[in-house]
Amino acid sequence: MRHGKYPLILTFLVPPLLLYLVFVVSPYLQAFQISTTDWLGYSAEADPVGLANFETLLHDGRVWNALKNNALLLAVVPVLTIGLGLFFATMLNMGGRKGRAGVAGVRGTAVYRMVYFFPQVLSVVIIALLWKEVYHPNSGLLNGTLRAVGLPAPTWLGDPRTAFWCVLAVMVWANVGFYVVLFGAAMSAIPRDIYEAVLLDGASRWTTLRRVTIPLLWDTVQVAWIYLAIAALDGFILIQQMTNGGPNFSSDVIGLRMYETAFGSESKFGYASAIGVVLFFLTLSVAVLALRAARRDRIEYS
Amino acid sequence: MTILDRTASEGTAADDRRVPRKRGLRRETGAANVFSHGFLLLWGLLTVLPLLWMFVSSFKSDGEILSDPWGLPGALRFDNWARAWTEAHIGRYFLNSAIVVAGSLTLTMLMGAAAAYVFARYEFRGRQVAYYLFVGGMMFPVFLALVPLFFVVRNAGLFGTWTGLVLVYAAYSLPFTVFFLTAFFRTLPTAVAEAALIDGCGHFRLFFRVMLPMARPGMISVAIFNFLSQWNQFILPQVLMQGDDSKWVLAQGLTALAVSQGYQGDYSGLFAGLTIATLPVLVVYVLFQRQVQSGLTAGQLK
Repeated sequence: MRHGKYPLILTFLVPPLLLYLVFVVSPYLQAFQISTTDWLGYSAEADPVGLANFETLLHDGRVWNALKNNALLLAVVPVLTIGLGLFFATMLNMGGRKGRAGVAGVRGTAVYRMVYFFPQVLSVVIIALLWKEVYHPNSGLLNGTLRAVGLPAPTWLGDPRTAFWCVLAVMVWANVGFYVVLFGAAMSAIPRDIYEAVLLDGASRWTTLRRVTIPLLWDTVQVAWIYLAIAALDGFILIQQMTNGGPNFSSDVIGLRMYETAFGSESKFGYASAIGVVLFFLTLSVAVLALRAARRDRIEYS
Repeated sequence: MTILDRTASEGTAADDRRVPRKRGLRRETGAANVFSHGFLLLWGLLTVLPLLWMFVSSFKSDGEILSDPWGLPGALRFDNWARAWTEAHIGRYFLNSAIVVAGSLTLTMLMGAAAAYVFARYEFRGRQVAYYLFVGGMMFPVFLALVPLFFVVRNAGLFGTWTGLVLVYAAYSLPFTVFFLTAFFRTLPTAVAEAALIDGCGHFRLFFRVMLPMARPGMISVAIFNFLSQWNQFILPQVLMQGDDSKWVLAQGLTALAVSQGYQGDYSGLFAGLTIATLPVLVVYVLFQRQVQSGLTAGQLK
C-alpha cells in the first residue's frame, strides 16, 4: 500500500460513479418499480397494482402486433446483414487471387471499404429522412427509376403490405458496411499460409469460404449476431421517422409502442415501463440465446 | 480441371504439373472477378446513389424535384441551403449539437479514462463490484430507462437544458468507455509507472504525465466512437429537450424540418438541410477513415 493511493482512487472514481448511479442505475431500477404501478403521467398518484400491467400486456393486440414485427426483423435482418457482410468482405479481402502469394483483395478495395462504411457515420435520423424521400411515391428516386424503365410505381411506405419491408431494407442497407469492415479486419488477422495451403490443395472459393474463413471468423460472426439481434429488437428511430408504425400499425415495433404509450397522447407511464421491462428481458434472452446457439470451440492462431 | 486431370494421369514430373494448375486458377479468377466486381459495384452504387441524389436535389427547385427525380438542377440554387440554414435554423441546431457534444465528449473521456485507469491499475475493496456495475450498463436497452430518466432529469432541474443533456450523454457513454479503456490500460507496461513512482512522481502526476499520454491510441478510438454516437443521439434529446426549440440539437431540428416540409412541400429545403447535416460528418470521415473505422470496430472485436 503506497502512500497517496486513496486520494486518487476517490477523486477518480467517485464523480463517474455518482453520475452513473444517478442517471443510469437509478432510472433502470425505478423502471422495474414503476412497471408494477398504474401511474398515469404527471400526477403524483401511483398505486401499486402488482403484475396487472403485465397481464394487460398479454392481451394487448397492438403489443403482440409490434412484437411480431420485431420477430420478423430478428429473423431477417441479422441473416441478411451478416450474409452480405461476409460476402463483400470476402470479395474485398480475397476476391482477386493472383500471383503466387495466393490471396489478395480485388482492385479498389480501399475505395469500396470507404464507401460501404458511409451509412455508419450518418445519424439514423438522416438515413430515415433520406430514405423516406427515396421511397416517396411521386418524387422519390426509386419510383423515378421504375417509371423511367416503364415499371409500375407502388406507394412503398404508404402501403401496409410493403411499408415494413421497406424499412427493413433500410436497416440492412445501413448496417452492411459496418460488418464488411468488421469482418474484413478479422479476415486480415487470419494467417496467409492457411490460405496458401488450402489453395495448393485445390479448394474452390466456396469451399474456402465455408470450410476455412467462416469457421475462423466464428467469434466475430457471433458478436455481429448479438449486436444485430439487439438492433432488430429496437428499430425505433427508423420506424418512427419513416412510417410512425403505419399504415394501420403494419410496421409498428415494440420500442415505438413503448414510446407512444409513455410520451404519446396518453402518458401511461406504468404500462410503458412494463413494456420496457418485457423489452429488457427479450433483449437479454436473445443475447444469451445468440451466445449459446453460436458457441463453438475457440480457435487461436499461435 | 480437365487439363489438370490429364496431366496428373499422365504422371509427368512435378514441375510440369504446376503449369496447367496455375492456368486453371487464372481462368477461374477471370470469371469470378467480373462476377465479384459486379456485385461490389452494385452495392457501392446502392450506397452512394441516395446520398448523391440528396446532394444534387439540394440545388434543385421544388418543381424540378417533383417532375424529374433523376434530372440535374437547372442552376446551383444555394438559396435552398441559405433557407435551410436560417429559416429552418439548421445552423443554430448544428451549433447547439456542437456545444452539447463538446461538453459531453470531454466529460465522458475525462471520467471514463479516470475510472478505467483506477479499475485497471489499483487494487481496492469493491473494485470488481464497481467495475461490473459500470460494464453491466452495456446490456440494458436505453428504452427501459426512458420514463424514469425523464423524471430524474426534471427533478434535478435539468429538463430542457444543455447541462442535462451533457450529463446524461456522458453517463450513458460511460459503460462502453470504461470497458474499453480498462482493457487498454491493462495492456500498457507496468515498468514505466513503477519507475516513475520510485522517482518520486505522485499518483496524480503519474496519470496525467505518463499513463494518459501512453493511452493515446485507445483514447482516440473510443473518442471517435463516442463522438459519433453522441452526435447522432436522437432518443435522449427527443425526451429530455422538449419544448424550447432554440436549444434543440441537430437531429431534432432535422425531424422538425421534415415535418414542416410535409406541410409546406419544401422539398429542396429538406434536401439542403439533410446535406448540410451530412457533409461535415462525411468529410471528417473521409479524412480520418482509417481511425474512424478502427475506432468503431475495435470495441466489437475485443
